[in-house]
Order: sequence, then C-alpha cells, then structure tokens
Amino acid sequence: MELSMSANEDLAKERARCDFNVSEITNILDGGIERTKQRKKIESIALSNGKCRDVTPEETLGPKERYENAIRKSCLYTKIVKDQVLTLTGLEVLGSNSSVLRRTADAFFKDISPFLLHLGMFVPTIMGQGTPEQQSYWLPRALDFQIIGTYAQTELGHGTFIRGLETTATYDPDTEEFVIHNPRLTSYKWWAGGLGKTSNYCIVVAQLYTQGKCYGIHPFIVQIRDEDTHVPLPGVRVGEIGPRMGFNTADNGFLGFDHYRIPRNHMLMKNSQVLKDGTYVKVASHSKLTYGTMVFVRVMLVNEVAFNLAKAATIAVRYSAVRRQSEKISGEPEPQILDYVTQQHKLFVCIATAHALQLSSNWLWKTFSAVLADMRGGNTENLPELHALSSCLKALSTSDSAALIEQCRLACGGHGYMLSSNLPLLYSFVTATRTYEGDYTVLLLQTARFLIKAWEQAESGKPVTPTVSYMEEAVVGNKYKWNGSAEGIIKAAYYVAAGKISSSVASIRKRMKNGKAFEDAWELTGVQLVAAAETHCRAVICDVYRKETVRLTANSSPNVKTVMDQLNMLYLSHWALERTGDLLRYTSTTEDDIISCQQRYEELLAAIRPNAVGLVDAFDFPDEILQSTLGAYDGRVYERLMEEALKSPLNAEPVNRSFHQYLKPLMQGKL
Amino acid sequence: MFKLLRKWQEEENTGMENYRAVLGGALGSAILEDGSPLTLHYVMFIPTLMGQGTVEQQAYWIGRAFNVDIIGTYAQTELGHGTFVRGLETTATYDPKTKEFVLHSPSLTAYKWWPGGLAHTANYCIVMAQLYTAGKCHGIHAFIVQLRDEETHMPLPGIKVGEIGAKLGMNGTNNGFLGLEHVRIPREHMLMKNAKVLEDGTYVNSPSSKLTYGTMMFVRVVLVNDMCNYMAKAVTTATRYSAVRHQSQPKPDEPEPQILDYVTQQHKLFVGIASVHAFKLSANWLWNMYNNVTAELESGDMERLPELHALSCCLKAVSTADAAQCVERCRLACGGHGYMLSSNLPTSYGLVTAACTYEGENTVLLLQTARYLVKAWQQAAGASQLTPTVAYIRRVTSGRRAPPFDSSLAGLIDAFHTVAAGKIGLCVANIEKRQKEGLSYEDAWNMTSVQLTQASEAHCRAILLLTYHEQTEMQCKNASPELREVLSQLVDLYVVYWTLQCVGDLLRFTSISERDIERLQRWYEDLLSQLRPNAVGLVDAFDIRDEILHSALGAYDGRVYERLMEEALKSPLNAEPVNRSFHQYLKPLMQGKL
Repeated sequence: MELSMSANEDLAKERARCDFNVSEITNILDGGIERTKQRKKIESIALSNGKCRDVTPEETLGPKERYENAIRKSCLYTKIVKDQVLTLTGLEVLGSNSSVLRRTADAFFKDISPFLLHLGMFVPTIMGQGTPEQQSYWLPRALDFQIIGTYAQTELGHGTFIRGLETTATYDPDTEEFVIHNPRLTSYKWWAGGLGKTSNYCIVVAQLYTQGKCYGIHPFIVQIRDEDTHVPLPGVRVGEIGPRMGFNTADNGFLGFDHYRIPRNHMLMKNSQVLKDGTYVKVASHSKLTYGTMVFVRVMLVNEVAFNLAKAATIAVRYSAVRRQSEKISGEPEPQILDYVTQQHKLFVCIATAHALQLSSNWLWKTFSAVLADMRGGNTENLPELHALSSCLKALSTSDSAALIEQCRLACGGHGYMLSSNLPLLYSFVTATRTYEGDYTVLLLQTARFLIKAWEQAESGKPVTPTVSYMEEAVVGNKYKWNGSAEGIIKAAYYVAAGKISSSVASIRKRMKNGKAFEDAWELTGVQLVAAAETHCRAVICDVYRKETVRLTANSSPNVKTVMDQLNMLYLSHWALERTGDLLRYTSTTEDDIISCQQRYEELLAAIRPNAVGLVDAFDFPDEILQSTLGAYDGRVYERLMEEALKSPLNAEPVNRSFHQYLKPLMQGKL
Repeated sequence: MFKLLRKWQEEENTGMENYRAVLGGALGSAILEDGSPLTLHYVMFIPTLMGQGTVEQQAYWIGRAFNVDIIGTYAQTELGHGTFVRGLETTATYDPKTKEFVLHSPSLTAYKWWPGGLAHTANYCIVMAQLYTAGKCHGIHAFIVQLRDEETHMPLPGIKVGEIGAKLGMNGTNNGFLGLEHVRIPREHMLMKNAKVLEDGTYVNSPSSKLTYGTMMFVRVVLVNDMCNYMAKAVTTATRYSAVRHQSQPKPDEPEPQILDYVTQQHKLFVGIASVHAFKLSANWLWNMYNNVTAELESGDMERLPELHALSCCLKAVSTADAAQCVERCRLACGGHGYMLSSNLPTSYGLVTAACTYEGENTVLLLQTARYLVKAWQQAAGASQLTPTVAYIRRVTSGRRAPPFDSSLAGLIDAFHTVAAGKIGLCVANIEKRQKEGLSYEDAWNMTSVQLTQASEAHCRAILLLTYHEQTEMQCKNASPELREVLSQLVDLYVVYWTLQCVGDLLRFTSISERDIERLQRWYEDLLSQLRPNAVGLVDAFDIRDEILHSALGAYDGRVYERLMEEALKSPLNAEPVNRSFHQYLKPLMQGKL
C-alpha cells in the first residue's frame, strides 16, 4: 500500500488565512520571547537525536516489557538532562525550567516515567523537611541519581484523611533506632510511583511513637533495596500494584514493613526532632510549613493539566480541519467538520480554558511566592487564603481539563478512541489528577470552610481578604444588574458565588436551629457547599483570566489583542450560559439578557473559526511531544493511522494461531 | 461460550431474542471482559441477513451463520467516512458479462475501518458499497463478500485485511481494516430484499428507502439496554465499596465513618441507581413501541416511523452520554482504587464511552431528533395532528400563559415538557430570525445547532422522566408497600435531581420560584437520607454475580483490600524480586557508567 507523504492541503489553507502572528501568542504563553527561545533550545537538544522514538508502539507490549522500555528511556532521558541540559540552564534555575523539562519528557514517555516522583517528591521533601546536615548528606546523592527515591504516604485503606494512616515508627532509645511496622493489610503503602521495582530509597510517612506516646505523622527516609544487588532488604515487602487505567509505566508500588529498623537520623528533622533519649521536640509550627510543599505541588498540577488540555485541543482542532463530513448544502462537497457550529462549541472553549488555566497557574505561582516571602518574615496571615485558593483551583482545573480532554476525544469520533490519537492516554493521565493530591470533593469542601468563615466575618462587618472581598458588597443583599461586558459577567459570577455561599450558610443555620450539631448540619449541606466553592473558584478564574489577558496583551499587535479578547469573552459567555440557573437566581439577569448572551456566544464562535488552527499552532508542540496520528502538524491523518495500524503485532502474520486452535474446531462443530 | 450458545439454539430454537439476551446482557461480559470478536456476527451480520436478504438468500446463509459454519461481520464505516453514510467511497460495479459485482476501494480513505472481528476472525463480511450499474450510481447497498478461505483462513486474493491497532477499550474485539482490489462476487451476493439488480444490469428500486432503518433501530434499542447493564455494574461496585471504605473524622474522637454516610457520596451514587431503573424501563417501553411499529411496517403503515426514529436517536444519545458519565462518576467516587483495572470500572468506562460515537455520533443524532421536533413545531403552529410523544408542544404554541408552578412530582415532569417546548420554540424563532437576516436555511440551522442539540436533549429528558414515572407506577401495582416506597423514592430522587440540574431552564420557561428551588433542594437531601439504609440492598437487587462484575472493589463479600492485593500479586512484574532493567540500565546510571 502506497501512503502519500504530502502534507494536508486544508491545514495549509487554514494557516494561510490565520490573521495574527502566531509566535506572538506563543511568547505570551511561554512568559516572554526569551523563555520561548530557551524552551526551543532544550527541546531541540533533547529531541533532535531521535532517542525518544519507539519502534514498536508501547501499548502493544506486555506489562513487563513496557516497564523495561520505560526504564531504558528514563535512563536515556536522565543522561541527556544531566549531560546537556543542566549545563545549559544550571541546576539553580532547574525549578523555573522544570515545566519545560516535564514538557520535553512527554516526547520520551507517552505514559509516565518511573522516575517522576524522584525529582517530583523525594528531592523536594528532603529540601523542605530535612535539616541542613540531612540535606547535605542526601541531596547530592539524589540529584546525581546515585540513589533513586520515591514518596510513600497513601495506604491501601487510607488516602485523603492523613491522620488515619496506620504505619507506625516507634523509637527504641536502646539502639537509637526507629522500628517501622505495618500492623495489617490496610496499612500497606499503595500507589507511590517508582516504588514497585525502581526505587532503592523511599520517604515513608508514619505515625511517630516515642516514650509511649503518639505524635502524629512524620516523614522518614527508608532504604528498601540493596544498593548493589537491588534485592529488597529483609523485613521489606515491596511490589507492583497491577494494571491501571493509565500510569502503566509509572511502576506504582506497594510497600509493607515487618519491624524494620532505621537509624534515628533518618527521620527528617527540620520541623520536629526526636532526641537520643526519645524526647520529642517541636522546632517549628509544623502544619503551616508543610503547606508549602502541598501548595507548590498544586501549582505545578494546574500548570500540567493546562498543558495537557492544550495538547488535546491541538489534536482535535487540526483533525477537525482535515476531516470532512456530511452535506450541509445538498450537492456541495462535504465540509470540514470544523465548520459545524456544534464542533466549534466543543473545541474553542478548550483553547480558551487552556489559556485560562495556564495564566491562572502563573498568577497562583506569583501569589504563592509572595506569601512564601511573607512567611519567611514570620507573617502567616495570608496562608489560609492561599490554601483555600490552591485547593479549589486544583479541584476545578483538573476536573475541567479532564472533562474537556474527553470532549476533544469524543469530538474526533471513532478515531479519537484509537490510542494512536493519544487522546485516551491524555485523559487517563489527567483524570487521575482529579483524585490524587487531594480528592476533588474533599478539596472543595476545604475551600467551602474558608468561604463560610469569610462570609461570617463579612456579615459582622470585619475586613476580609482580597479574593473574597466581593462578599463585603454582596452581604448587603443587593441583586446585581446584568450587563454583558466582560467586567459585568465577572461581577455577576462573584454575586452568584456570594449567593450560593449565603444559601449554604442559611441551610446550615436552619438545620442547627432544628437541633442538629454543627458537624451534622455541615455534612447534610455538603452538596450545596461543594457547589458554592466551585462557583467561587469559577469567578476567580474568570477574573484572573481577564486581568492577565489585558495585562499580557497591552503591547501586542492589534490582531493578537483582538483574538485573545475574543477567546476570553468566549470563556466568560460560555460559563454564563452554563450557569443560567445561578444567574437567574442570584442576579437580576433576564431572559432577554440570556438570549443576547447566547447570540454573542455564537458570533464569537464564528469570529474565532478562521484563526482556530493558528491558535492551536501557537501552543507550539513538536510532533514528538504531541505523539498523535490525528494531531501532527502536517495533517497526514489517515496515512498515520494506517502506518500505526500496520505496526500491530497481530498484523505480522496473515492467520493467527487461534484459528487452528479454536475457530476452525468451532466452525466444524468439533470443539 | 459460543459453543454453549449453539447448543441452546439446537435444543430450544428460540431465535434472535435468545442471542440478544445472552450477548447483550450481563452474562456475555463474564467471559468476554473487554468485548468479543464474535459479537458483530450475532448483532450485525445475522440481523442484516434477516432484514435485507430475500427469502432464498436467508435460506442459504442464515442456517450456516447460526451454526457458526461461517463467521461474519459488518463493514460500513470507512477510514475517512463515518456518520455520513452517503459519503462512503467503496464501489460495487455490476459487470453483466460475467454477472458479477466488482468491489473496489479507490483510495486510502475508502478502506473499511473498525468492524469488530474483521481483522483475523471473520471469513465473511457484509460490505456496504456504492452500487454502480449501467453507468449509474444507485447509492449504498449491502453485499456479502468472502474474505478468507474456509479451510486455510488465508485472505483471498485482492483482500487487504488487518487489525487497526490499540484502542481505549475493546481490545478483545479484533477490530479490523479492509481494502478491496477489484474483488469479484456473484450477483446473488447482493442482499436483494429491498432493491435488486437483474441479470442484464437493470436496477429495480426498493419499495421504500425507509425500510433500511430497521437494523439501525434494532441496534439502538439493544444499546440502551446495554448501557443499563454497565451502569448497574458500576453503581454496584461503587456502592459496595463505599460501604466498606471508612474515611475521615467529621467529629473528633469518633471512629472514621463509612464513606457511604457522606451526603456528597450519596449524591454521586444514588442517582446512578435510579438511572439504571429509568433507562431500563424506557428501553423496554421503546422496545414495545418498536415491535408495534414494525408490525405496522409489515402491513405497510409507516405513519409512526419518523417519530420512533427521532425517539431512538435522542434516547441513544442521552443514554450513552449519561451512562458514560455515571460509570465515570462511580469510578471517581472510589478514589484512587477506582483507577485500578482490577476494579473493572476503567474497562467499563472504555466500553460505554465508545457507544457515544459509534452507531450514530451523539451530536449528529440529537440534531436528527431536532429536525423532527422543528417539523412538529411547525405542524403544531398549523393545524395538523401531532404524534403522541410531541403532543406537548401544542400547549406552548397555543400561547397560554404559564400556570402557577406545581412542585409535585407530576408538576415537575410537566415542567420539563414546558421547558422542551420552550427550547424548541426558541430554536425555531432563531432560525427564522437568521433567515430574515439573509442566511440560507442550512446556514441558519448550523448557526442555531448548539441550541438545537439542547432542545433535543430537553425533549428526551421530559420523555425519560414521564416514562420512568408511569412505568414504575404500573410495575408497583402489586408490589409490597416497602418495595413500592423505595421504588418511588428512587423515582422522586431522579426527577428532583434533574430538576435541580436544569434549574436555569425551569427559571426561564416556567414559573418556578426561588422558594420552590430551596424546597426542592431540601427534598433532594431528604431523599438521599431516606435511601441511605437501603442502598446496598438496592444494588444487590441488580443481582450481578461476582464472575460478571469482575471487580476487586465490588464483590459480594466486600473483601476489598484482600482482593486488591491478590490481583496485584498476579502482575508479571512481581514474579521476580529484581527486574533485569536494573542491571541493564539503572545500575549503570546510578554508578555514572551509562
């Protein structure tokens, strides 16, 4: 079969009709032209040697071979980063480049690298919770990959509720050791990436017992495998947890200890210490300081899901420009499916959301850095607000991205179901983020707790923090009069949030009046509280997205300004139309307002249509990172689908042996 | 499994319904966890022979197919063409000299793509192709093509057949591609019940093109039923797991509660239980209506065919979308453990979400229903009679003012009909407005299509609620009082849940007030509490054996953690303490020698 090598003409036409300078938007999203250059340099070093490619599609390998392939590529990639990229950026700026590295790594790993938690959790935890001596002992070895570590917190029977963990670390002053133990099956560590077969060290979070008393959970560095033979040490039971929806090369593992002893100084002691005699000493306000790592991880997650959503949008928009279907007008050729308004409705909001989340993540990072600086100066006042913000942003960004990636997949019809489109894998990866690092519902309830407190403060006339300052106006009980401008929609969104919070407060109070305890009243109102926290977060994202768009395009060329403004308005009107019930309940929006908002929305879809391919090109994904038959830059969709199909091991022989073994006997009635 | 089926068939000879019950039902999934390569043999190959073959053709083929002497599949979709069937490229050109059809794939995009069992399993295939005879194209028709030698199973000359590669799910179904290079088949291999090509090449038209809708509708009705099975499995797994799993401490010093006690968890799960009932009853109701209408078809009466078609389109779209959401919600409600394949929830999701795009992509189907609804609106504005399921449209076109809001169950269901009618009306107004502004009807339709899909969905919701309510009432006539109570609680929950979901629509199109909404919210939360003690009983009533459920989290005995560990230990990676990649890559890396 001869497969054409020429690029798709429809995509070329789309690119010719795009009316703005694509690289201008790329620079905005990267955070400046210098950062774009740096990113491209790193990508070219890592990708130009072709080492990221697989000969056989990973998904056709068995679980063991997949793991081995992932280890092979992790080592190759690590070596490239160590030898070539770090010399370029220097270790000290690794942090600010980590998202670029993560992005580049996606060219090597369609799924997840077993090394992910080594740099993602093991190293940061030592940095954040180790004493200077501990850091100087462990960090050089870890950063040089002399040891490979991971982070084990979640247990088979315990996840979100950390205080419920069962693993114990009991101090024995006679030998100056901790005894790590798992009393039962539900206390086995479960899920940690790289734990099954890869890591030889592990940070284990366990309940600390000393002098007969429990002091709650603390982190310990535990060696689990021999450095030379890699055989699990006596008293350590470690293995892989079996097939998962995604993350199948991440080597997620389980871990159990049978009275396993580690030296006293393997407890990370920056925040609290156990002295030789077993005395427990608290050095710093533990709970507040550990917020730091948590918020950091959440900022990175928001950034990461935005990045994956951008990939999905790129794939689906390019495919929709190539795919033709049906007859809009009898006798005319089949139009590109991107010309259908229902298709635009599915896809353009994905582009806008990728922008919104990317900009929100940058903004959260700045806010976080400022709060961190305050904390170093002893001021922890803004911490609760930051925590509430990072909780709901993590919840909403992961759930929005997962839903929209799935929308992109479904918008590609049956071909989106092929793994070679890469959309199923993107979904399986992002949907996992909805439950890990704080479950969606639990996080929104945490934000709700903050909001209810803020509402009570606003009611009693006390000042509230910036992100909830809208309550001061709303608490008076005025209904906001709709106006269709961007600022008007944002304001309405805040009024909706205030309305929902106020309703939740009323529900709780009513239930308490009827004799319920606060905890029970809170619990019974849970569904409303989750919804209230969600609308609060939506309002914040709308607000931040608007302000950042205006700020970042202040010096842009007119056409870039226009298209960025259109995307932003699209996002705002989309959410207004999704929430007409809330608007009608909590603002004085009318039926006519909704009808004109709907019309505006449909006009925006039409306005964005000619620039759609340009907008996804601006995400600037090399084909190696996109890894998609449907989304490649040249649009050779059908040729690539067939090329990938032919790689299936089933196609290596015309007749499979199961014919002789089963089918033929069945058909001849001899089975 | 298929051997077993054949035995039953010989003993009881019960016909299609038996196959459907076994294959479409839960039992099939006990053995065929991720789809079977023989499914299309039964659900497409044989039904197409039955529906589109002449009596002689049926006599020749169906016996062999039922006996599994041959294995067939059905190839319609092409690499470049799906939903728009008229756009298919494969050609079947009649050659009167040899009295044969020549089947041909003129380009890469013409390759057949997707059929289950096509790659390595089937030796026969029904191929849909554009029929050319006497120099003229007569549109798509069905042809039986032999793909592989019956003895050696080798592909026949001119047949390019293979597997399409890894997919999100259904990796057991052996989906294939097929290219035809001037493949010749005898004239009698065209299925000729509806249209014929005579020996000299003369084309004789079918009595009605509407007849080919038959197979499509059959499959859609089967699909709605399948969706119920997947939802029932998912919600059984998630509810049992939520009774076993304990978490957090809402009150200091009390033990961690079962997560099923959290209202947010009940909110995720209980509506799933109700959905199974709602769709199951609606599917049966549609099935009966389908049988009535097909009986009418045989006697040549086609009056209700468009209505049934519109109904099957939106029910397929809404049921598959709801089922996918329900299964995924159940998976997420199980936290991280739902992500394990041993929970079986990801695999179920893979199978259910596929149904959103196959057998008619959901957006396209909703727009087909919308076309019918817009027509009905225009009929209502005139004086024509409306068919039963759209009769409600008239009360809005008649321009009566909205009555005071009635928040009883019947009132809520009624309100959904008002919403649907209101949305259809708005769409019609929008299209007309855009036409007045100079757009063609087609462009005005396209510009309004987002709203049209929403109107279609609203129509479907109204019918679902009404059917669920009515059918439950009928079913409960002789039920015990306790059973009647819990079943009607489920109906209440379902209706109130959707009312709260669609509160914006109700505010726009009915006279519902803020106070009504607050009362409904309270009613909803009370229903969750009332259903809580019976939750496990309700999913036990789905009566799904552990072998069929296939789930470490959902097994009847609740040995959740033990089963998770048992499954984990089966991973081939756990067969040896150190994987060879350590010596090959990891150690050199750690020692700086890579």
